[in-house]
Amino acid sequence: MWARAVWLSLRAPFGGRRGFISTEDPQGSGRITAEMIEHLERLALVDFGSREAVARLEKAIAFSNRLHAVHTDGVEPMESVLEDRCLYLRSDDVVEGNCAEELLQNSHRIVEEYFVAPPGNIPLPKLDEQEPVLHS
Amino acid sequence: SHSLREMVSAALKQGQITPTELCQKCLSLIKKTKYLNAYITVTEEVALKQAEESEKRYKNGQSLGVLDGIPIAIKDNFSTSGIETTCASNMLKGYVPPYNATVVQKLLDQGALLMGKTNLDEFAMGSGSTDSVFGPVKNPWSYSKQYRERRRQKPHGENEDSNWVITGGSSGGSAAAVSAFTCFAALGSDTGGSTRNPAALCGLVGVKPSYGLVSRHGLIPLVNSMDAPGILTRYVDDAAVVLGMLAGHDPKDSTTVQDPVKPFTLPSLTDVSKLCIGIPKKEYLVPELSSEVRSLWSKAADLFESEGAKVVEVSLPHISYSIVCYHVLCTSEVASNMARFDGLQYGHRCDIDVSTEAMYAATRREGFNEVVRGRILSGNFFLLKENYENYFIKAQKVRRLIANDFVNVFNSGVDVLLTPTTLSAAVPYLEFIKEDNRTRSAQDDIFTQAVNMAGLPAVNIPVALSNQGLPIGLQFIGRAFCDQQLLTIAKWFEKQVEFPVTQLQELMDDCSSVLENGKLASMSLKQ
Repeated sequence: MWARAVWLSLRAPFGGRRGFISTEDPQGSGRITAEMIEHLERLALVDFGSREAVARLEKAIAFSNRLHAVHTDGVEPMESVLEDRCLYLRSDDVVEGNCAEELLQNSHRIVEEYFVAPPGNIPLPKLDEQEPVLHS
Repeated sequence: SHSLREMVSAALKQGQITPTELCQKCLSLIKKTKYLNAYITVTEEVALKQAEESEKRYKNGQSLGVLDGIPIAIKDNFSTSGIETTCASNMLKGYVPPYNATVVQKLLDQGALLMGKTNLDEFAMGSGSTDSVFGPVKNPWSYSKQYRERRRQKPHGENEDSNWVITGGSSGGSAAAVSAFTCFAALGSDTGGSTRNPAALCGLVGVKPSYGLVSRHGLIPLVNSMDAPGILTRYVDDAAVVLGMLAGHDPKDSTTVQDPVKPFTLPSLTDVSKLCIGIPKKEYLVPELSSEVRSLWSKAADLFESEGAKVVEVSLPHISYSIVCYHVLCTSEVASNMARFDGLQYGHRCDIDVSTEAMYAATRREGFNEVVRGRILSGNFFLLKENYENYFIKAQKVRRLIANDFVNVFNSGVDVLLTPTTLSAAVPYLEFIKEDNRTRSAQDDIFTQAVNMAGLPAVNIPVALSNQGLPIGLQFIGRAFCDQQLLTIAKWFEKQVEFPVTQLQELMDDCSSVLENGKLASMSLKQ
């Protein structure tokens, strides 16, 4: 929690710029701040669950930093090995469907032909409002 | 004793054995080898029904082909209509797909008998088949006569079973299923080596086809730009038969190429003098490579040379970055692919109803294991705005460099590359779990991973047994869409090495009844 307090105090003068990785060591050890943890958990909608998991992410980031040693000036990113070919497009004809019943069967909560979701637009509680998720 | 290359299909055609008998034999072996934990779901009724239909076809002289009546197994990350598909995860426990993956449909259309869905690392993330919600898969070779004989020499006071070795992963269940003779072929998936790795550790032929050759429709995706359905068999000919049935354009998967494909038979190569074999010694001869594997690799190169082939050392300069590059790209694609699991339309759903976000978060916490969650979080990190350029785009650039390395090597006249598949033979489970999943994957995928980066075809061929009596394999890597050529060379090599067949304890005990059909178990499918 102290890390978060430090960051909160630093945020104001920087006008809200979020620097998540400890600035003394931008591409070194890849330390994760509490704010980053919260941010990632919110984006991913999965939680770290333990300090070991955070440590593993830090190790993974440090591992990935090795990429920066490769010279890639003038190299285009490669998205697919089949980039030289045209993606196949089907003709726009309906050939299958009408299987609403089958598809609904796998859901836990349905009403008539609707999947039922809890109310939306309610953000997850912030870290300090939640039950502590990180176990030691 | 070793395999005689007789023909199962011919035996079925001639009525020497019926599909039902064959099916029952395999079902009985599945029961006997249950402790291997290779299967998550055994589809006994389905298989017997299919066997009955197959039998009718044979009686009427209308068999569908070589695969008609042949028991097969499918990795549990392929959708199978009406049959639970779990990806070895709590997230999909109880999920019953309403459709078949294209590759599954193709096998069923050929009359193959579905014995069951096999175990894997959760969502195919892992290199040991040890991170499944259903428990780890045991390597059948842990129980082979060869391994036991060699272990008996070591004094050990512990429980007999505590030293079992892993199958490798993530398609370990499929590998164990084939290796234990419970089926003749199995489907796996290969994103970083997940078919070739367990093939090597279980003494099997493991094929990763060219990316775009075989449909991924129905294969629950891990990394869309690298996934490929994989094939595990005991013989190269069998893998070729299966590949011939599965390859080809699928309108449901727009990443399959439209080049026409026909089922093929592999010619029996006798003259390798026109071949050029590339050995990427510089980058692949790593210190961690076991001396046994190194020695076999060297002997294999010598074998080609002594038979007149040209054997050259080649360099793949960026290959050492492949694992790091894979880590970034894989976790990024995983972060995206796993986003579909929110509990709403299928799969596990938690009890929380406060808000959609709270429901999604709790569902995913409950549904995914640590490995999956870790990769999702890593992926989300690399995809953050401030990291996107430095990590994700950077990795895509490095991917191009790696793919180009292979292109350059093949353009210089090399037909196939010959490399190790794994660092060593299978290790004991207790040793394997000392390191975490990511560390292990990074270590174990080192020879196989770059192939997925470049979308090339590759195959593991079992070569020999280690000092411990465990299988060691070598990998051949071919040019894109030259899968047939790759398998032709692999078949020649397979013939030269004559890898010994497992002698599972049960098979030995069950001597008489099995021996007369014993040849059947180790037979090839080819006509």
